[in-house]
Amino acid sequence: MDKTNIQKKATAINIKQLIEKNQSSMSRSRIVEKLMPICLFAIALISILTTAGIILTLLFETFEFFKAVSIIEFFTGTVLKPLSANPQFGVLPLLTGTLLSSLIAMFVAIPIGLMTAIFLSEYASARTRKVLKPILEILAGIPTIVYGFFAFTFVTPLLRMLIPSLEPTNILSPGIVMGIMIIPIVASLSEDAMSSVPNSMREGALALGATKLETTWKVIIPAALSGIIASFVLGISRAIGETMIVTIASGSSKNFTFDITQSMQTMTAYIVEVTGGDAPAGSTLYYSLYAVAMTLFVFTFIMNLIAQYISRKYREEY
Amino acid sequence: MNYMNFEEVHKKIKSRLQINSLAKGVFFFATLIGIIVLTILIYRVFSQSLGWIDWQFLTGKLSTRAEKAGIMGALLGTLWLMAVVAPVTMFLGVGTAIYLEEYAKKGPVRSFVQTNINNLAGVPSIVFGLLGLTIFVRGISLGSVVLSGGLTMALLVLPIVVVASQEAIRAVPQFLREASYGMGATKWQTTSKILLPASLPGILTGVILALSRAIGETAPLVVIGIPALLLPFPDGLLSKFTVLPMQIYYWTIDSALVAEYANLAAAAIIILLAALFLMNSIAIIIRNKFQKRY
Repeated sequence: MDKTNIQKKATAINIKQLIEKNQSSMSRSRIVEKLMPICLFAIALISILTTAGIILTLLFETFEFFKAVSIIEFFTGTVLKPLSANPQFGVLPLLTGTLLSSLIAMFVAIPIGLMTAIFLSEYASARTRKVLKPILEILAGIPTIVYGFFAFTFVTPLLRMLIPSLEPTNILSPGIVMGIMIIPIVASLSEDAMSSVPNSMREGALALGATKLETTWKVIIPAALSGIIASFVLGISRAIGETMIVTIASGSSKNFTFDITQSMQTMTAYIVEVTGGDAPAGSTLYYSLYAVAMTLFVFTFIMNLIAQYISRKYREEY
Repeated sequence: MNYMNFEEVHKKIKSRLQINSLAKGVFFFATLIGIIVLTILIYRVFSQSLGWIDWQFLTGKLSTRAEKAGIMGALLGTLWLMAVVAPVTMFLGVGTAIYLEEYAKKGPVRSFVQTNINNLAGVPSIVFGLLGLTIFVRGISLGSVVLSGGLTMALLVLPIVVVASQEAIRAVPQFLREASYGMGATKWQTTSKILLPASLPGILTGVILALSRAIGETAPLVVIGIPALLLPFPDGLLSKFTVLPMQIYYWTIDSALVAEYANLAAAAIIILLAALFLMNSIAIIIRNKFQKRY
């Protein structure tokens, strides 16, 4: 009898303890439940803070720059001599360098990328596609510094054999190599757009007697046009922001020219040159860095917005 | 009765078919261009690096004399950099993805965060470098050390991890969540004990791809300021460092002065590409082996 009593007591205590234990862990988990959304939101805020940080630092330092150099002088000046005794800060030489190299890149990337996309999406068998696509993905995964090395040590000497007047550093060679780098971007995004065109449209055109080329040209491409154009715009944006290829292969002369055989500097290469030279903080040279970066940021930002807008607005829902 | 003049039809369609097959050839050739360039690039780098990759190159210190130069410091620097980038970007990326997929209500806040991630992915890497220079290097006076480089790089690759994690979490079927709630689990218990383990392969694949991007990225580190000839090996988060791409950059631009530097650059590129190849293979293996299809 004693024994059972003790046992009863023991279990009673155990259950009591269990309930208490459970309650305390419940309240702990309740606190966790309350805290977690806040913590996760705080983490998600970091990405917003990054954007805000980029925009604010660029804005503030650019503002400092425009105290020393007028906006009009900056955007219309054709002379960029940041290091001379009487420095001049005209951004036009950098803008022409950036736009020319991007133009050359797109001249290479758009036709080749689009044709690659057409081949992969419309002509290639499933097996061929399975072999070719990963190879193109390798092309996209190669670091830009490797492309820079390739442009400088291989493409430029090769081009100089064809065009003797080409300077050792020029805008043509990095432009071409940048185009090759962008081919996979244009190709894979355009291919996605084209292969999302429903098969019924393809079959309809083929049944009416159109050849594959006619189907592609008159049905598939118009139907996928928004995605294709978005891929071009993203490609241009990549070309504008690309740094290492142009820094290595295009040199640092700040020519205001449209002659692609000459050395030119892009906005990105200018940033590399100035930061590499350890510009003293607070100098106009140092602030010019941010003004150029701001211009670059605005350019690529607008491009990305356009691309997002096009692919959202004109997406055909099938 | 003859409804169709077959000869006439054949004549008409023949040229169209010929154009079609010609176009097919042109498209195929265009596809090959990318592959041909890739082959030339790899062949060139290999042939230039031939005889330069040896034990001394892998374990030696940097030197101005080409034949004595080694990349041990750059390799260690890359490892230290990864030691910062991997945890930081995984913590931030997975947290943001969980917030967006599980906790955020549909509405302006969520779409703002999402749009912001997409836009960050399109910001040129050199702009991230300037952010790092302004905030980490000069703002909180860390200097150009492993920590500031790593944090900059972590922010740069954050969108990759977020998007990959979001896709992985979204792929977890609804019935797993419902079963967990049915057992009386709370939201966080469901997220941490059911969703995260189920989406881990996808998340890891994303993290590895992000790291392989970070390994090859040069521009932000150039801006932060990495010395060209750094002799001491990095030994902590607050020590100065250099990485492989930086070394390739300096050797490439100096190859105009010393021809052998081009060989050194090529040899370093081979090591870099080998590392990238290895990481991508691991990512593919993880994806194929551990990813469950429900």
